[in-house]
Amino acid sequence: MIRLEELTKTFQTDQGVVTAVDRINLEVPEGEICVLLGPSGCGKTTTMKMINRLITPTSGKIYIDGKDTDEYDPVELRRNIGYAIQQIGLFPNMTVAENISVVPSLLGWDKKKCHERARELLNMVAMDPDAFMDRYPNELSGGQQQRIGVIRALAADAPVLLMDEPFGAIDPINREVIQDEFLKMQEKIRKTIIFVSHDIDEAVKMGDRVAIFREGHLEQYAPPDELLAYPINEFIADFVGGDRTLKRLRLARIAEVMHSDVQTLKPDDSVERAREILASSAQEGVPVVDRDGHPRGFINQRIAEGGSGKAGDLAQPLSFTVRSRDDLRTAVSSMFTHNVNWVAVLDDGGHLIGYVSQQDITDLLGTVRGDTRAA
Amino acid sequence: MATATATMRAAAPGRRTVRNLLLVAIFAAGAWAQSSGLLGDILYLWPDIRYLAEQHLVLVGLSWGLAVGAGVPLGVLLTRPWMRRYSESVLQFVNIGQTIPTLAVLALAMSVLGIGFWPSIFALWLYSMLPIVRNAYQGILAVPAHLMEAAVGMGMTRSQILWRVELPNALFVIFAGLRTALAINVGTAPLAFLIGGGGLGELIFTGIALDRTTMMLAGAIPTALLAVSLDFLIGQVQFWLVPKGVNPLRLNR
Repeated sequence: MIRLEELTKTFQTDQGVVTAVDRINLEVPEGEICVLLGPSGCGKTTTMKMINRLITPTSGKIYIDGKDTDEYDPVELRRNIGYAIQQIGLFPNMTVAENISVVPSLLGWDKKKCHERARELLNMVAMDPDAFMDRYPNELSGGQQQRIGVIRALAADAPVLLMDEPFGAIDPINREVIQDEFLKMQEKIRKTIIFVSHDIDEAVKMGDRVAIFREGHLEQYAPPDELLAYPINEFIADFVGGDRTLKRLRLARIAEVMHSDVQTLKPDDSVERAREILASSAQEGVPVVDRDGHPRGFINQRIAEGGSGKAGDLAQPLSFTVRSRDDLRTAVSSMFTHNVNWVAVLDDGGHLIGYVSQQDITDLLGTVRGDTRAA
Repeated sequence: MATATATMRAAAPGRRTVRNLLLVAIFAAGAWAQSSGLLGDILYLWPDIRYLAEQHLVLVGLSWGLAVGAGVPLGVLLTRPWMRRYSESVLQFVNIGQTIPTLAVLALAMSVLGIGFWPSIFALWLYSMLPIVRNAYQGILAVPAHLMEAAVGMGMTRSQILWRVELPNALFVIFAGLRTALAINVGTAPLAFLIGGGGLGELIFTGIALDRTTMMLAGAIPTALLAVSLDFLIGQVQFWLVPKGVNPLRLNR
């Protein structure tokens, strides 16, 4: 856990005293990612650098796991906080293994243990240790360097991580990939992370909580969904963008709005059964499912009224389906593309497990997921 | 000689051809020297050549070594934050050593320290200092700021940063300085004879004074060979000692 109390930094300049960070109060729960977000010069990086005392606070306190960081020697403190920067900062004179082992060796680990740790971390980001341990940074691609930069910050297994736009120096496609990799890793390692970014999309994607800064002030600190749903002022609303509702679609998984009580037909059922279901439920279509649970097609009002016979013969093929762990954006995009109001949801094995309608999604956008204020 | 270097530089892409031509030229020169009896005359002076070459090497080695020992630490020292405001003045001062013509430095050394071995060492030392100090200073300043930030942020102490990050990353540039200094030093060393420092200059200057080409060549050829082989030697040391990741000569090999 990281707690900032009345954290302030002022600089003496030619134009007088400038307050870069003004009485920030912030608490990051254990195992969560807190994104510090804002335009350049808003104080987010200064705030982060005060945590490992690259910048000395003018006043205020920083607690890590309840301990006042003023009580540590800065060098000692930094060795116990993982640190990744935008320019990556791999040392070109050291091999990949040596780069990863920097902090462990500062902490006095023996060579063998450092080596094993480097192998373990390389495996974690799917880079073959035998191929990469002895290479030099300039022999790696940008994406590979970025990965090494991140695992170097994890090397000593510090509980707290500071990341200063760690995915900033990389092309958008690779950035997405590395972000996803990192989130997957975080599920396992559960570090408490302060993550500086200027990109709202990245913040919404990476952050359990997002702190938006402006001119040294903390404007709003909330989970991303709340931030997008209820920006507390004009500045935040502007900053998160006019499409903030659409951004929220990325935050929710289909599983969260899916109806799993979907009524289905077997291929042998008669079409009357379909009419009954359509009349008695809110479903706009009835999926036809074979014995194994794989969808074979669907019957809607128009087909049911016009036809007679077995459901299996009348069913129209489903032109598309979605998976329960896709985000809502995928579902909405598919519905718009195919001009339909509902979509069948499958699990990873291709079995039908429910459906989602446009109404469900609209309803969801009316509430805030994990609304802390309601609790 | 001058034309040969010029050709070499101009024909950098066709290096191999130039090298082959050079070998042929050296062979031809050797053959001519042998047939004209020049080689025999030069070899007649062999004991002198050996003795003076040793003296020459001591002059070069000692003055250059002292310059390395003093210059690199001085260059590094000038990059420390508390020294920054003095660094330009110190560099200017060292610069003077280079601005004053070689002969004048020797003359000054002689007038202050007298004649002999140590005044020569002092003059050569002073003359080698600038490239060493300047390259050490600029090599360290050229270490990218983000590497320094990463190093500090990961919890290195000042001396760990110097030894593990700054020096290794500046090493190639530092070596370039050592190499320049050595080239200057070897080239200047024959002048040491003029203030009684000995060395191969003795054969060259005596040869000029007596108008004896053989003696002149007996000094000049070993001096040239010495310069070339020392430069080759330090080039090899630079190639193998500078870590691969920061060695432009070894990248992508």
